[in-house]
Amino acid sequence: MPENTVFWVLAALAVGGGVMVFRFDSMARATYALLLSLLCVGGMVILLGLDYLGVVIVLMMTIEMAIMAVFMVMYMMNPAGLMPMSMQHNKKGAAVVCTGVFLLMASGIVLAPWPPRAGTADDDPTKALGESLMGPQMLTMMTLGFALFATIVATVLLATHRGRYDRLGDDLRARRADDPVPGGVGR
Amino acid sequence: MPEAAPLWAALVLPVALCLAAVAAAAFDAVLGGDARRGGPGVLAAATAPVREGLRLLAQQRRTTPSADVALGRIGLGLVPVAAVLAAAVVPWGGVSVADPVVGIVWFNAMEVLAWAAVWLAGWGPNSALSLIGGYRFLAQGLAYELPHMLALTIAGLGAESLRVSEVVGAQQGLWFVVWMPAAFAVYLLSAPAMSFWGPFGHPLGRDVAGGAAAEYSGVDRLLLLGGRWLLLVATAAFSVPLFLGGGQGPLLPGWAWTLLKTAAVLAALIVVRRMLPVLRMERYMEFAWMVLVPLALLQALFVAIVVLNR
Repeated sequence: MPENTVFWVLAALAVGGGVMVFRFDSMARATYALLLSLLCVGGMVILLGLDYLGVVIVLMMTIEMAIMAVFMVMYMMNPAGLMPMSMQHNKKGAAVVCTGVFLLMASGIVLAPWPPRAGTADDDPTKALGESLMGPQMLTMMTLGFALFATIVATVLLATHRGRYDRLGDDLRARRADDPVPGGVGR
Repeated sequence: MPEAAPLWAALVLPVALCLAAVAAAAFDAVLGGDARRGGPGVLAAATAPVREGLRLLAQQRRTTPSADVALGRIGLGLVPVAAVLAAAVVPWGGVSVADPVVGIVWFNAMEVLAWAAVWLAGWGPNSALSLIGGYRFLAQGLAYELPHMLALTIAGLGAESLRVSEVVGAQQGLWFVVWMPAAFAVYLLSAPAMSFWGPFGHPLGRDVAGGAAAEYSGVDRLLLLGGRWLLLVATAAFSVPLFLGGGQGPLLPGWAWTLLKTAAVLAALIVVRRMLPVLRMERYMEFAWMVLVPLALLQALFVAIVVLNR
């Protein structure tokens, strides 16, 4: 029974947090309402017995939301983010799409003919997950890893203000890097 | 295998953590007092943190116009709460309040919560300087967090488990600090960094008039500054089960060894802090990305090879 209570509390908080993302008039509050919602999802995954995935969701989502708050405040119309604002960009449309997707997925859960469980749960789901990722799914993970890494490198290249030719000269032979702020490694 | 701690341990843990934090702050104050000629006496310096805490408790709370009170207070409260939740997985000589299968990841997740909390605390008062303090920690946190996470991972890799008690068990005979010294060094560097303390105190730095703490007084300030000490104690205490063999040692019982080792790590951090100025942030961040991350990766490679050949 306590598990049921925890489930419903987490579910209510997750959905409530999701709704509040649209209700709040501040970027920071909207971001952290979303974080609350995602933390509750992490709690539910732990409740399912997948401790590793659950705690990793808590870890990654906290980092992501914290960084997202910075970017949102930085790029949105009120740069300091210190004044109240509303998400003018298609607020109603977004809410309708979210509700629609939620209802679709929820009805899918209720209406789908779920197969009976085959086999038993692994004693150590973390290990089972690792073996699955590193065994049969290794090629997928490697491809994914390279794609992500290439994206990161490309983004940094596009965004960087001063590349190595600015720092070390056209033939890259300068003994000291020409940096606006001296100090750091290699000086 | 460790025993499950009795339920009252969950109540004792915050008190013990606070006492340890007060003791650490007192030690720091004594060292600081000695540095100046004609400073306060040892007794006066040692009681200074307690007196300051009591003063803050009685002090009036400062309010700023159109502040986001709710977010600010959530952030302030989250700093000490995250420290206590992180400390819950630290074993005290075979007994810990909680010993989940993914204890190491849990500890890291709670530290990251404190990371987000500092931004919230800086955001709350609607003040430019405190906002700068909050932003600083977010930007620097990534450079701190990556080597830190790798150091935690390496200890788990060496033990082939993320359960803290099994990490301690794997150090029977040979402590991890002996064969993964680089990981231990990276951890020791990132412990004060993740607690935004000492040489890494930029988020609360003097150059931004106190940063995230600039607008806070009274209980609010106590929560933030005290929570910082709690975080430091928790991170220092976690280095003992990770690298220093937990409660293992001759003659004395396990909890006493844990206490002694934690005190030694904390004392070392505090003494070194008194020798170092506040580091320039772009210098440390470059060092973290260019030196610490590759160093930790090489250490991980070495440990992985040892584990595979075991």
